[in-house]
Amino acid sequence: MEIFGIPLQALMSQLLLGLVNGSFYAMLSLGLAVIFGLLNVINFAHGALYMVGAFLAYLGVTSLGLSYWAMLVLAPLAVGVLGVVIERTMLRRLYQLDHLYGLLLTFGITLLLEGLFRSFFGVSGQTLEVPEKLAGATDLGFMVLPNYRAWVVAASLVVCLGTWFTIEKTRLGALLRAGTENPRLVEAFGVNVPRMVMLTYGFGVALAGLAGVLAAPVINVTPLMGSNQIIVVFAVVVIGGMGSILGAIVTGLALGVIEGLTRVFYPEGSEVVVFVVMVIVLLLRPAGLFGKEK
Amino acid sequence: MTAALEIANLQAWYGESHVLHGISLAVQPGEVVALLGRNGAGRTTLLRAVMGLTGRRSGSIKIGGKEAIDLPTYKIAHLSVGYCPEERGIFSSLSTEENLLLPPLLTPTGTSGQGMTVDQIYAMFPNLKERRHSQGTRLSGGEQQMLAVARILRTGARLLLLDEISEGLAPVIVQALGRMIADLKARGYTIVMVEQNFRFAAPLADRFYVVEHGQVVENFDAAALEARMPLLHELLGV
Repeated sequence: MEIFGIPLQALMSQLLLGLVNGSFYAMLSLGLAVIFGLLNVINFAHGALYMVGAFLAYLGVTSLGLSYWAMLVLAPLAVGVLGVVIERTMLRRLYQLDHLYGLLLTFGITLLLEGLFRSFFGVSGQTLEVPEKLAGATDLGFMVLPNYRAWVVAASLVVCLGTWFTIEKTRLGALLRAGTENPRLVEAFGVNVPRMVMLTYGFGVALAGLAGVLAAPVINVTPLMGSNQIIVVFAVVVIGGMGSILGAIVTGLALGVIEGLTRVFYPEGSEVVVFVVMVIVLLLRPAGLFGKEK
Repeated sequence: MTAALEIANLQAWYGESHVLHGISLAVQPGEVVALLGRNGAGRTTLLRAVMGLTGRRSGSIKIGGKEAIDLPTYKIAHLSVGYCPEERGIFSSLSTEENLLLPPLLTPTGTSGQGMTVDQIYAMFPNLKERRHSQGTRLSGGEQQMLAVARILRTGARLLLLDEISEGLAPVIVQALGRMIADLKARGYTIVMVEQNFRFAAPLADRFYVVEHGQVVENFDAAALEARMPLLHELLGV
């Protein structure tokens, strides 16, 4: 069977690949959105922390003999702790200043982390085996579905929707939303806002770490993997609207799919399609698809 | 008896500008005290300084006998203080009920009463119950003001700092707020209110402080109000 002259099998597998990439975009831009909302910091280090998550998974499995499943928990936890340390010791001092300072600091942290990993591992890249339980593929009739990729999409959907639910529907989320609007007043109500901010940053970067672990078996784990990803993710955030939670998730997935489809129908355009969409959105809706005009 | 709020020689700054110049005042438990003064006299700053929301502060702020001048804002709240800011501070990303339930219950170490229950609050403000699923900022100005006060009644706070709650509201709403203050006083709350609307504050307050240029210039109780009217007329134009 063919659609517009493209075999269905090829179309579906590119679509799935797009969904997988979209899952990473969604998780990364979600973390960026949560952090930007509460901290007003454009966390440039997000890509580097995604890379750290992937490397930790790789090291845990290959050097320490831990399982993929253990690293799925441990690596994001470690990245979260690293985030807490970064917030406590450095970021915290910049909240009163312009966005630019936070951007510069986190950019510096990115260079530091990438340099550190490059000096230990070089740039050639490592690969992590797909865990045994998720190896292989399932034949759905119209396409062959690699199990691991299905897992990535499902896991990131659960994490993204769980985060969205927590922020929009729970008491903790109400505190976060209120803190985003007026942190001083929330503190005047007796909430330890500085701690909430610290943990939010930790959670946001832990999401990046988790995305890194999920990505490790399907991509080449290199010190620069985050830099390649973060530029696209920033475009996703701009398209979705800075600070919008649902916007980050929906836009991330949608752009992954759009990228996948472009790869089928016009492969030359697949590298730039996200930026073309960004330009169009910025022309029509400068605040982003889900953002509020200020 | 320990004063609910005792401020001595309080100085406060916003960045480089020195706003409060040695304020001293005391509020006894169960009292309603009104801070009168012109716009920009420093009354709003005084409430913000008590909450630790200004810049640098010096002097002494004792809340229920505990020194609060060096505490971070969230710990000051836990000395059983409820703060209602001038701009009301209703959160637009929260529903009315989420706004109401947002402030956590305070865990004061000293003696303090229980807060009102949500049912009691809804009985006091039926409008809020009716509109509890509406976005907080979709409420009318009067409803938003009631919500801003209502949400600090639940927390167990006994000292309420109310900044300009009658500002910009229709006379009928202002009357309702007056009844609310009287009701809260009857329930034993200690209230410090900043008021531009002298006729609103006059029948409610037990005592008055007049603030000018970041200093207390007058201090008298309700019985002396009549005798001070000429002075107030001169200072405030009332």
